[in-house]
Amino acid sequence: MAFPVYVGKLEKTWYYFFRVICGAVLFFLIAPLIVLIPLSFNAEPYFTFTKGMLSFDPSAFSLRWYQDFLNNPQWLHSIKNSFIIGISSTFLATFFGTLAAWGLSRPYTPFRVTIMSILISPMIVPIIISAAGMFFFYSKVGLSQTYIGLILAHTALGIPFVVITVTATLVGFDKSLIRASASLGADLVTTWRKVIIPLILPGVISGSLFAFVTSFDEIVAVLFLAGYEQRTIPRQMWSGIREQISPTILAVATLLILLSISLLTTVELLRRRSERLRGIASS
Amino acid sequence: MPAPEIGKKNPLVKFEHIEKSYDGETLVVRDLNLDIAQGEFLTMLGPSGSGKTTCLMMLSGFETPTHGEIYLEDKPIGSIPPHKRNIGFVFQNYALFPHMTISENIGYPLHVRKVPKHKIKERVSKILDMIELSGFENRRPAQLSGGQQQRIALARALVFEPKLVLMDEPLGALDKNLREQMQFEIKALHARLNVTVVYVTHDQSEALTMSNRIAVFDDGIIQQISTPEVLYEEPMNAFVAQFIGENNRISGEVVDINGKYCKVKFEGGIVTALKVNVKAVGDKTSLSLRPERVIVNPEAGTTENIFKGEVRELIYLGDHIRTRVNVCGNRDFIIKVPNSAGHKITGKDKNIIVGWSSEDCRALDAGV
Repeated sequence: MAFPVYVGKLEKTWYYFFRVICGAVLFFLIAPLIVLIPLSFNAEPYFTFTKGMLSFDPSAFSLRWYQDFLNNPQWLHSIKNSFIIGISSTFLATFFGTLAAWGLSRPYTPFRVTIMSILISPMIVPIIISAAGMFFFYSKVGLSQTYIGLILAHTALGIPFVVITVTATLVGFDKSLIRASASLGADLVTTWRKVIIPLILPGVISGSLFAFVTSFDEIVAVLFLAGYEQRTIPRQMWSGIREQISPTILAVATLLILLSISLLTTVELLRRRSERLRGIASS
Repeated sequence: MPAPEIGKKNPLVKFEHIEKSYDGETLVVRDLNLDIAQGEFLTMLGPSGSGKTTCLMMLSGFETPTHGEIYLEDKPIGSIPPHKRNIGFVFQNYALFPHMTISENIGYPLHVRKVPKHKIKERVSKILDMIELSGFENRRPAQLSGGQQQRIALARALVFEPKLVLMDEPLGALDKNLREQMQFEIKALHARLNVTVVYVTHDQSEALTMSNRIAVFDDGIIQQISTPEVLYEEPMNAFVAQFIGENNRISGEVVDINGKYCKVKFEGGIVTALKVNVKAVGDKTSLSLRPERVIVNPEAGTTENIFKGEVRELIYLGDHIRTRVNVCGNRDFIIKVPNSAGHKITGKDKNIIVGWSSEDCRALDAGV
């Protein structure tokens, strides 16, 4: 590292020490996940590294837990449910969240702060309280243990993310573009399609991604509201840990980690591409 | 420049008793009546808050008048939404769509009107040619300079051949040289396309150079509307006199009225002036006199108004000397003395004699 001439010993020490601290923090966050991945290839039904694994003996590794996961009807059903509920609730949260953010960003919205607080509350209120409340209410209206009930619950949990990211995007949105579009002859629908949506899309996609991950990982509301038919992956993992103690969940966990990484990478690449196309320097 | 013949045809735009208030109490625009002729270049000039931008907004449909009616080609447009009015608009911040290329930006109004693709390409090319930016079709707005962006904004507002184009202080963000160049280009486009332009600005020199007529706004009403020459040489009230061009003011009281002229008394004497905006003897008045009409050391008897003054400051500006004089109760009386051979200002003599014709001195309201 080539330091400028005026840098003293204290600064130099701090420079390296700072990086050591950052490395330690990142390691602390990632290590538990990294450890899971090799463990999921364990040939024995143990949650610890066997002697064979530590000496890199090929026979100590196997794909049996992956096979178990992908051939087990219970797991397959859970995967199907997770995606059905995840995608539906993401779609609804994105649609309503974007409209809400748009309405709330207008200059003269009445009760704006109140409405915003209510919409964001699921993110702040402890999930156990929301879930318990939803359970009592949904039971009364017959939505408990139904797909619709669970989708609605996850939509409510996902909306705050969409509202926050889209509101942030709209702060930088040039409102005169809407007037320009109108003056050029475009009605409101055309203006939405050709001007507003393309420009707020990064915020919308980012918010919908958070909403999807929230729904996909969600366990508390599922525990309260889902019947046997609606079990999702986290619900299945939950019974896996408490009842069966099978390393299959390590295989599931590894696949979920890979899914998250690929989702985030795809979205980031898309975001960079759209910024390049718009002629804005990517940061 | 010659004004188009207003009155030969019906006016293109008519404001009738227009009033606008945002909060229900203060009127931003008060009883506005205005006719705009086809093909004219009308500038709405005035300080901030005078109501000029609000009028433009009402014409384009982005604001609605709280009272009165606006007519476009004899049809009331109050109930027509902005996107159906077919009026071009050039914004101060250009408002180019950042996610579209230049040709997509310019082609947008044509695309919305379902013009076939090959025609769009043709018309975009043609207008890029007109503004001398051919070859820029695939660039993005962020890659262009301010002046180029402004020209694209102009092209986009003109490409769908509207009858009326509105411009809201479009040159405000440009530097002086670029501004003057763009003024010239806008005027050229106006002449070439024979489109009616309503232009809003607070820069009076811009208004004077570009317009067929100027409507001077203050406090929600049009103070005076006329050609640049008439506004400069025959201002009808103190606000217009002071807003357009430079103005020497002498405060006084009317002591005599004689037909076209009146005599105004100030602390040190009496001035003979044109009776323009005073009603009766005893009225307080403020006289308006342009610096270039003041004669230094006039021969005795050549004009009615000759006074002694004291030179306070000389500023050398190359082609003329700006002389600040204390005369007639005004300590900041400005005279522009051309720097011609044999001019009489040397700075050595503090005393100076100035004079002017009463035709050049207008007795206006006491003003602000």
